Amino acid sequence: MYQTNMYEGMLAETVTMHGANGDVINAYFARPLGADPFPGMVVIHHAPGWDEWYREATRKFAHHGYAALSPNLYDRDGHGTPEDVAAKVRAAGGVPDDQAVGDLEGAMQYVRSLPYINGKVGVFGTCSGGRHALLAASRVKGFDAAVDCWGGRVVMAKEELTAKQPVAPIDYTKDLSCPLLGLFGEEDRSPSPEQVAQHEQEIKKHGKTYEFHMYPNAGHGFFYYDRPAYRQQQAVDGWQKVFAFLQRYLGTPERSA
Amino acid sequence: MCTMIVKQVDIEGSGKGVTGWFTVRQANVSYDHPFNAPLEHALNIDFVNEAQGPGARVAVELTVEAAHNLVEAILAVLAWAEAGGYLERPAGAESR
Repeated sequence: MYQTNMYEGMLAETVTMHGANGDVINAYFARPLGADPFPGMVVIHHAPGWDEWYREATRKFAHHGYAALSPNLYDRDGHGTPEDVAAKVRAAGGVPDDQAVGDLEGAMQYVRSLPYINGKVGVFGTCSGGRHALLAASRVKGFDAAVDCWGGRVVMAKEELTAKQPVAPIDYTKDLSCPLLGLFGEEDRSPSPEQVAQHEQEIKKHGKTYEFHMYPNAGHGFFYYDRPAYRQQQAVDGWQKVFAFLQRYLGTPERSA
Repeated sequence: MCTMIVKQVDIEGSGKGVTGWFTVRQANVSYDHPFNAPLEHALNIDFVNEAQGPGARVAVELTVEAAHNLVEAILAVLAWAEAGGYLERPAGAESR
C-alpha cells in the first residue's frame, strides 16, 4: 500500500518493438522507477484505437508496479490521429488475428527481455483487445495471467468467420495457457450474457483456471470515463479485481493508488 | 471493431476535412462503435481518400433514426432534382 513518504517515479515513452513477421511497430511503454523487479504487462488497445485512454491505462499499470507495454496493433495501417487510423481499420474489417497475436507475442518477448522483470508477464485488453488477450493467452506460450474485459466475438457463428478472423477464440479454449479474468456487463450485446455463459461452460469443460464477473447495470466499455457507457461503481470494483487477480498470479509488489 | 458490420462504396466528389477540401474516393459505412456520438453503436460514414492516408476523412456518426432520415432525404432530393431535369450524369449514363 502506498504511503505518503514513499518515493514514486515513472518513465513513459514511445518505443519500437518487433511484432508479427519481424515488423517494427510502435509501442507505448511505461515502467515504475525505484526498487525492482517488476512484473510485466502487455496492454492491448481497443477497437477505437491506440488512443489516449490506452496510454493512460498503460501508465496506470506502471503506477501499480508493472512494466507495461502497449503495442500499436494498427501501426501497419498508417499514421494519423488515433481516430482516423482506427476508422481505416474499422472499414477494413479489423486487423488479422494472426498479425495481432504475432504483435502480442513480440510485446511479451520485449517485456521478458528487460533486466528488471520478475519473470512474470500478464496481458490485458478491452473490447477487441479483450478478444486479442484471449487469443494471445491461448495461442502463445509465455503469459502468466490474462484479463479479458468485455471482448466481443469470442463466440462466433460460422458466417461471422472471415479470412482475417478464421477461428472463433472460444475454439482455442483447450489451449488457454494461463489463468483468465473476465469482466462483463449484463447489458452488453457483444458479448451478450448468453455468449459469456457459453464461453464459461467451455472453460469449465477444459478445467482451466478462471474468474468471471458479470456486472449489473453495465454494458460495453464501462471503464471508459469519457464515454456514456462509464459506470463508476462497476469500474472501481473492476479495476480492484484486475489488480487483485494480477497480484495473485504475477507477484505484484505491494503498491496501489 | 466489435460488430464488423461495414460496407465500402466507391464514390466521386469532394469533402472538407481538417486541412481543407480534398477529393473523396470511398465512403465507408459501418454500424459499430462511434468515436464521439454518445452511443454504443452508431451508423458511421467516413468519406475518405485512401491514397491520401488516414487523415483524409470526413466523418459523421448518426443515430439509426437519423441515418434513415438522411437516406430518405437524399433519395427525395435526387428524385426532385431529376423531376426538374437538373441531374448531371456522365455521358451515356441512363436515368434510373
